[in-house]
Amino acid sequence: METRIKRRAVVDGSACVACGCCAKVCPLSAIQIWRGVRAVVNADKCVGCGKCAKECPASVIEIQEVRP
Amino acid sequence: MKKRWYDYLWIVELTYLVLGFFNILFAWMGLLFFFIPLIIAAARGTKGYCNRYCGRGQIFGLLGGRFGLSRKKDIPRWMKSKWFRYGFLIFFFIMFFQMLWNTYLVFAGAQDLRQVVTLLWTFKLPWNWAYHGTLFHPGVAQFAFGFYSVMLTSTVLGLITMVLFKPRSWCVYCPMGTMTQLICRAKNRKGDLATEQKG
Repeated sequence: METRIKRRAVVDGSACVACGCCAKVCPLSAIQIWRGVRAVVNADKCVGCGKCAKECPASVIEIQEVRP
Repeated sequence: MKKRWYDYLWIVELTYLVLGFFNILFAWMGLLFFFIPLIIAAARGTKGYCNRYCGRGQIFGLLGGRFGLSRKKDIPRWMKSKWFRYGFLIFFFIMFFQMLWNTYLVFAGAQDLRQVVTLLWTFKLPWNWAYHGTLFHPGVAQFAFGFYSVMLTSTVLGLITMVLFKPRSWCVYCPMGTMTQLICRAKNRKGDLATEQKG
């Protein structure tokens, strides 16, 4: 059986401004702002749809393939 | 996604900007937009204001997103760098204190009230049509003119970067956002991100 490639959002925490634009658009509430410092992705919930990456005003979110 | 009451706070922000065209003294209300984020950051250690309540961000989000007035391109690397963000915060502070100094001079009687709104710290726009006198000292009005200048300038800057880059590009270098993030960093220094899930 063919294994599906999983994707996930990855945040560059050092450049994140914690504005929360990503959290607003996430359909699965998989990304949240951690204590006003940076965005954090919940790896279990994230399906890598890319909405947050598109929205992020600082463009610090990247969708990466996850190797099993 | 279900809309919450705070998703409509852009109306408050818009009303604020419009009121400044009718009576400059309404500019004083803008202090709320300064103090609420700081109080939330200091008391709760979150950027709850940016994340939920910022009406200005919502305006940029609506105009740039729904109305499509944004190129939706990546912001240049230097604009999201720490030195630019902190540099802009310091510059903003200096200009803010200069505005407070001008207010002081009017209060002290060393300077007359100037009925102008200064856009982008340079362009002096005559604004006398929004001034109908004050029951208080002219210094109260001077502060209003100065404060409204700050608010209008940041709105114009935000609109420019909204068009050029992503809708909420202003959020990247917003001095209030930088300041509240610094407060949150200081407050949560002991908190350990490793214990929670990492992005």
